[in-house]
Amino acid sequence: MTVEPTASEAGRANVTERVAQVALPVVVLVIVIGAWEAIVNLGHIPPFVLPAPSAVLATLVADWSVLLESLLVTLMTTLEGFIAAAVGGIALALLFSRSRLVEYSLFPYAVVLQVTPVIAIAPLLLIYLPQEAAVVVCAFIVAFFPVLSNTTLGLNSVDRNLVGLFTLYGASPVQTLWHLRLPSALPYILGGLRIAGGLSLIGAVVAEIAAGSAGAGSGLAYRIAESSYRLNIPRMFAALALLSAAGIVIYMALSLVSHLVLRRWHESALGKDAG
Amino acid sequence: MSALAAAGADAADLKLAVSLRGVSKTYDNGVEALAPLDLAIRRGEFVSLLGPSGCGKSTALRLIAGLSTPTTGDVAVRRGEDARVGHGIGFVFQEPTLMPWTTVAGNIGLPLKLAGVAAAEIDARVREALTRVGLGDFATVYPRELSGGMKMRVSLARALVTDPDILLMDEPFAALDEITRFRLNNDLLVLWRGLRKTVVFVTHSVFESVYLSERVIVMTPRPGRISAEFRITAPTPRDDAFRTSVSYAEQCRDVSVALARASGEALP
Repeated sequence: MTVEPTASEAGRANVTERVAQVALPVVVLVIVIGAWEAIVNLGHIPPFVLPAPSAVLATLVADWSVLLESLLVTLMTTLEGFIAAAVGGIALALLFSRSRLVEYSLFPYAVVLQVTPVIAIAPLLLIYLPQEAAVVVCAFIVAFFPVLSNTTLGLNSVDRNLVGLFTLYGASPVQTLWHLRLPSALPYILGGLRIAGGLSLIGAVVAEIAAGSAGAGSGLAYRIAESSYRLNIPRMFAALALLSAAGIVIYMALSLVSHLVLRRWHESALGKDAG
Repeated sequence: MSALAAAGADAADLKLAVSLRGVSKTYDNGVEALAPLDLAIRRGEFVSLLGPSGCGKSTALRLIAGLSTPTTGDVAVRRGEDARVGHGIGFVFQEPTLMPWTTVAGNIGLPLKLAGVAAAEIDARVREALTRVGLGDFATVYPRELSGGMKMRVSLARALVTDPDILLMDEPFAALDEITRFRLNNDLLVLWRGLRKTVVFVTHSVFESVYLSERVIVMTPRPGRISAEFRITAPTPRDDAFRTSVSYAEQCRDVSVALARASGEALP
């Protein structure tokens, strides 16, 4: 008789795996931060060259009100750009799926927008648009393409027999869209949105840096640029840490949404639950 | 698709559920799937189209369903007394073809939902269809939680939920294991005896076609045309005893020989 691992043994192995997944990155973080702190202290490196993590943390606490305000500005730009990208990308993909001619006419320009570096477009946008609008448009330009291309892929990946079934039962185009094409494309759309979330943050940051103007309505990226002029290196690190944290939170939130929406039926969301 | 009664119908035509006259199909890429084909299927009849892969039997089924239009010829399907959803046709594909994002009940209720039937009535008819295929307790389950055989039952329930006159089945049990296939064969026969639908069943299995059908039509490959036709004699009701009988074995052998000849193989 072969010895099969029992359910509890398998379960324990699973738990060990999960603990390792969370613990190992934390261990790496602690080691890197510890080494960084030690190097700065032992080498007597001045904070305007390389601030110790403790100094960054102190700055984060001391400048919290300024940084928080900037964080909220950047997050608002990101959110607006993301919503515009989501709505625009999905709507354009639907339009493409309805009309080949529209797709042929517009798709190359969507690609042009995607491949042209946004940092090069941003200064032009800032000339023609008010600053608040220009940053949102930048975030939109960077983020909309993955939504568009993923949604298009999803809408074209519908089971052909199901299309036949809908035809057989005389479904209207709207019914086919609503009950077949959109649900079928949903995993692809959510994948596109997950990429778009991070990209809209990048777009917002790039636009803020390009804008570079002072004032109450300045985002985190502007704080970084400003701190750089003043050689306030600890604050640059603090703002950078906040931006990273924001990016991680956005990604995790969108992953969670995707998991919750798909968990009942899609393979991508089942892997984690299935025994 | 034209109404049957139109083109000089005689009395016999009124008993026909499906009639194909000189129907051929050539695909856009030049492949001739179906040579001019004449086929008449009586109402309530169980007919199998038997042939090797690529003999156009699935094409014939799609033409009857109206999912594809013939290159030449005329397909006539007799609709029910009242114009019902799906022209009174139910279709079972080779794959279960279920929507993974909705429950078993959602999948079965789809044809009614598309036709704008009220939610309460959909509920009742879905429950009835589920009971008929022996899946009464599975309404709220998602397709991924079902076995291959159960998925096929859901697919069958969806085809039956509109109470169609004609049931078109495209190698529905080909991907299932033998035990499940035998059980579904028996269940299908019980359903057919009870509901008296016209069934057109496409298969490449001699044994399945002889076991199920009143009439087996053997087709040749590329392009598909009718090469032989068998009327199956069997006790009523057919059951596992028939499957092991000498008469079944003999009829299977005859059909096998005809199929081998149609496929252009050397005779045994």
